[in-house]
Amino acid sequence: MKEADLEKKFQDKVDAEIRIEPRDWMPEKYRKTLIRQISQHAHSEIVGMLPEGNWISRAPSLKRKVGLIAKVQDEAGHGLYLYSAAETLGIDRDTMFQQLNSGKAKYSSIFNYPTISWADIGAIGWLVDGAAIMNQVPLCRCSYGPYARAMVRVCKEESFHQRQGFEILMTLMNGSQEQKDMAQNAIDRWWWPSMMMFGPTDDDSPNTVQSMKWKIKRYTNDELRQKFVDVCVDQAKVLGINLPDPDLKWNEERGHYDFGAINWDEFWNVVKGNGPCNKQRLKTRNEAYDNGAWVREAAMAYSEKRAARKAAGKVA
Amino acid sequence: MKENLLLDYLLQLGDNALVLGQRLAEWCGHGPILEQDMAITNISLDLFGQTRNIFQYAAKVEGEGRTEDDLAFLRDAIHFKNILLVELPNGDFGRTIVKQFLYDAFNFLNYTALLESTDKQLAAIAEKSLKEVTYHLRFSSEWMIRLGDGTDVSHQKMQTALNDLWMYTGELFEMSKTEKELLKTGVAVDLEKLKPAWNKKVKEICEEATLKIPEDTWMQTGGKTGVHTENLGFLLADMQYLQRAYPGQEW
Repeated sequence: MKEADLEKKFQDKVDAEIRIEPRDWMPEKYRKTLIRQISQHAHSEIVGMLPEGNWISRAPSLKRKVGLIAKVQDEAGHGLYLYSAAETLGIDRDTMFQQLNSGKAKYSSIFNYPTISWADIGAIGWLVDGAAIMNQVPLCRCSYGPYARAMVRVCKEESFHQRQGFEILMTLMNGSQEQKDMAQNAIDRWWWPSMMMFGPTDDDSPNTVQSMKWKIKRYTNDELRQKFVDVCVDQAKVLGINLPDPDLKWNEERGHYDFGAINWDEFWNVVKGNGPCNKQRLKTRNEAYDNGAWVREAAMAYSEKRAARKAAGKVA
Repeated sequence: MKENLLLDYLLQLGDNALVLGQRLAEWCGHGPILEQDMAITNISLDLFGQTRNIFQYAAKVEGEGRTEDDLAFLRDAIHFKNILLVELPNGDFGRTIVKQFLYDAFNFLNYTALLESTDKQLAAIAEKSLKEVTYHLRFSSEWMIRLGDGTDVSHQKMQTALNDLWMYTGELFEMSKTEKELLKTGVAVDLEKLKPAWNKKVKEICEEATLKIPEDTWMQTGGKTGVHTENLGFLLADMQYLQRAYPGQEW
C-alpha cells in the first residue's frame, strides 16, 4: 500500500475510535510524538518522586509517613508502566533515562519547585495531582492502546492521591494558626505553577491541532485549565483557603470563573532550566544513576555467570 | 511490673522496625534501578506497618494515654532501644543490602520464635510480620549473592561492608534484662538459641556470594540500653522535627 493510503486507513481507524496497537502501521510523526509525550510523562513521575520524597523522613505521624511513602511508590510504579508503554514504540528504558539525565528530554516543570513545608505535600496532592488528573483522564481514551491502558491505572491512583492531599490540607486548616498559615503559604506558592501545568495557551500551542486530530489529546490546554479553575474554586471554599488570584471571579455569561494573567515569562524560564530546582533535580537523578552503575553491572555479570554455569552443567 | 517489662520489650522490637524503616526510606527516589528502588521502599513500608502494630499494642500495654506517634516522635535517643546495626547510615546500595541481610536473617528467626510467645497479641503480630520478613530475607539474600558474586568491584564493596558491619552483629543475640525476665514466662525469645540457625544462614548465603565471613571480633553493644551511636540523634532530629516544633497538634 502507498504511504498516503496507509495514512488514510490509519486516520479512518482513529476517527472510528479504534485503538492503535504497537504492531499497527502508524505515521512516523505519530510514533515520535507519542514517544516524546509518554517518555516525558514517565520522567515526570520519576522526577516527581523527589520533591515529595523530600518530606518522607520528616512526615509528622506514622500514618502520614506510610501514606506518603505509598504515594511516592505509586509514582515509581506509574513511571514503570509508562516506560513500558513507550517501549512498545521502539525505544528502550535506558535510552530514555539517558535523555532525561542529559537534559535532552523534558519533564513537567512543576517538579522544579521546592517543597519547603509539610503543607506542600498537601498542596501537591490537591493542586498538582488535581491538575494531573484533569490532563490524564482524557488520556484514558487516547488513540494509542498501551498509553490509554496505562493511564486507566494511573488515574485510579491519582484520584486517591488527590483526596489524600486535600485531607492533609483540611487537617491543617482545622488546626492551629501556625498550621493554617503553613497551608495558606503552600497554596500561595503552588497555585500559579499548577495553572501552568496545562501548558501554553492554545494560541501558543502549535502541536495541539495535530494531536487532537490523532486523538492523542481530547481537549485543548485552555479548556482543561478552565475546568481545573472551576473545580478548585469550589474546593478552596470547603477548605477555607484563599487562591492567590485577585481576578478570580464568577462570570455568569461564560458559566465559568475568570482568572488573572499567567506569568508565561516564568513558565518558559522554568522550561528552559532556570527554575528554582531544575539543576538540583537533574543532579539528583544523575547521581542516582551513576552511583547505581556498579550495581547494574554486577547484576548483569552475575546473571551471565549463572547462565554460563547452567550451560556448562548441561554439557557436563 | 510485668506490664512495664512487656512495654520495654515491645519498644525494643518496634524501635528496630522504625529506625530501619526510616533508613531504608532514604533510598526512595535514589535507587540504582527503578524496580529495586521500589523493592527497598516496599520493605520500608512493611517495617513502618510493623512499627505501628507494635506501638499501638505498646501504648495499650502502658495504658497511660500515649499513642503510637508519642512513642515514635516524643522519645529521645537515650530512650530508644533498637540495636546499633539498624541505625547505621546506609552507605552505598551494597552496604545497605549487607546491613539488611544480617538483620533480616535474625528478624526472620526472631519472628518465627515469637509465634510461640505466650503473649497472644505479640504472637499475632509476629504471624502477620513473618510473611513480610520472609520476603525481605529472600530479597536481601538474593542481592547478597548477586553483588558478592558479581564483578570484582561489587565483590570488594560487599566484603568491605561485611567486615565493617560484623562488629554490630553480636548485639542481635544479646539478652537485655527485660528479655531475660520475660523469657521466664515464655513471652520473649531465647536469642542464644537463634544463633546457630543465624550462623548457618549467613554462612550459606556468604558462601554462595563468595564472601568471607569475618573473624569474630570485639562486638559493639549498647542499643538495647539506650547507649547509641552518634547517628541516631540526627535520624531522630529529622524524623521528629514537626512534632517537636509544633507540640500537641493534629496532622
